[in-house]
Amino acid sequence: MVYDTSLFGAARTVTLPGPLTLDGGAVLAPVDFAYETYGALNADRSNAILICHALTMDQYVASAHPLTGKPGWWTAMVGPGKPIDTDRHFAICINVLGSCMGSAGPASSADDSKPYAMRFPVITIRDMVRAQAMLLDHLGIDTLQSVIGGSMGGMQVLEWAACYPERVRSAIAIATAAKHSAQNIAFHEVGRQAIMADPNWRGGDYYADGEPPTKGLAVARMAAHITYLSEEGLTEKFGRRLQAKPGQETGAKSFGFDADFQIESYLRHQGISFVDRFDANSYLYITRAMDYFDLAEEHGGLLANAFKGTKTRFCVISFDSDWLYPTSEAKTIVRALNASGAEVSFVELSSPFGHDAFLLDTPGMNATVDGFLKAGEGK
Amino acid sequence: MNQLRPDLAIIADHVPAGARVLDIGCGDGGLMAAIRDAKGADARGLELDADNVAQAMAKGLSVVQGDADTDLADYPDDAFDYAILSQTLQTTRAPDAILAELLRIAPRAFVSFPNFAYWRVRASLMFGGRMPVTGALPLSWYATENIHHVTIDDFRALVGEQGLAVERAWYLSGNTQRGAGAANLLAEQAVFLLGR
Repeated sequence: MVYDTSLFGAARTVTLPGPLTLDGGAVLAPVDFAYETYGALNADRSNAILICHALTMDQYVASAHPLTGKPGWWTAMVGPGKPIDTDRHFAICINVLGSCMGSAGPASSADDSKPYAMRFPVITIRDMVRAQAMLLDHLGIDTLQSVIGGSMGGMQVLEWAACYPERVRSAIAIATAAKHSAQNIAFHEVGRQAIMADPNWRGGDYYADGEPPTKGLAVARMAAHITYLSEEGLTEKFGRRLQAKPGQETGAKSFGFDADFQIESYLRHQGISFVDRFDANSYLYITRAMDYFDLAEEHGGLLANAFKGTKTRFCVISFDSDWLYPTSEAKTIVRALNASGAEVSFVELSSPFGHDAFLLDTPGMNATVDGFLKAGEGK
Repeated sequence: MNQLRPDLAIIADHVPAGARVLDIGCGDGGLMAAIRDAKGADARGLELDADNVAQAMAKGLSVVQGDADTDLADYPDDAFDYAILSQTLQTTRAPDAILAELLRIAPRAFVSFPNFAYWRVRASLMFGGRMPVTGALPLSWYATENIHHVTIDDFRALVGEQGLAVERAWYLSGNTQRGAGAANLLAEQAVFLLGR
């Protein structure tokens, strides 16, 4: 079968007519998508793997980021000879709905040619997944060998398996949860309030004059970044060490409010560099979508119902130092999958790096994913 | 394929084709792979050690990292045809509760364990006055994971107390099977097939 190869490759965009009916009742039409593909789709279209990205990530999973020039965010997992082997698999990563790297979001133009800003409808994880399914229909990909993702990407993985079980042969959910906890919501609310408290936010209408709420967004990122690391990792990397200053190699307390401690300097850097690549309103919308996520709630309050009768093979991975989506959340998912009779594997891997472990070359993660994918290929 | 441990070989021989099996304490998945390949069994595993889980997953097996003492409750009634607990009963905190769980999850269960009434074990205690170190009990008292030593007669008594049925039993000395005669004295380890 011949397919349109211009659909595939790096930095693709397409506008589909829609309509996409959202959980909140609004309808999006048309719908913009930005995505990347890696590797070649095989003749029977059976080697496609959908990679779902996390809150502030994007479709540049294994290629340089157009704004920062940094390498793709999951080069440890995706590439020739990697578990998601671009010599053998066809990998797709789609910028999520509500984001700011080319897919429809608050910075996109509405009917009046002005940015939606806060007129953009509030979206859910399920909306993101339905949008992805719409794009896959357009690309002619019916069935996925696997859907994989960490953090919010893992939420999409679970939602994919629940919404489209017949399209998902296997699902790999890493460092994630089937719902957002009160603590998860609380941290996100701190971030949102920081953005909204920035005088430049102006109800979200900041696109015209190029003065976005960078200070608020930076604070939001700083607060969130703490949740991605472990206390052990922070202590090891920074401890109470002071930031070096000219003439003071080991640093000194300023008896003021400069970034005296290395951890302060690091967090400020994380905040400042984030605002160059991310839109504050997108941060509001995507964190909202994550807070609304409760897969059990969508299935009569019983998580096992989300996977009833599923034929999908599941792989669930957690990290022992991840306190944002701890192993107990992964076990809740595994318990529900067991109760529904699903074929499930679960492993808690050891890493000192907290939630961020899923983005790093964490020992055991690649071997686990590689073995799981190959088993599905009968290897 | 690596040769299976003798107790596992007995279990593998007696799992019917196509059975749904939960192997509790499945290690690196050797038995699961064997019954999957030879019997077309739908085998799932539960294993405490993360490295073992990763190795089993690399074999394409479905294994959940977890603890037999706490995580069997996650499985629904009759989720499997057979539960397997090999050389693990004596390492658990509550062997009696686990036995009940096995026969809740599945109508039949294979259980294998080292027999603490084996004559060499008895001799070691009787004449040496020391905790035994034998082929089936290779580690010293301070290093062993075996916290609830059990004899064949103890096991039969517990099975009886729980109202369960012994459908079959196999006895091993070294790597060879032996008869049921004086098994509590002469068998180094035992494999039981239990029913409700």
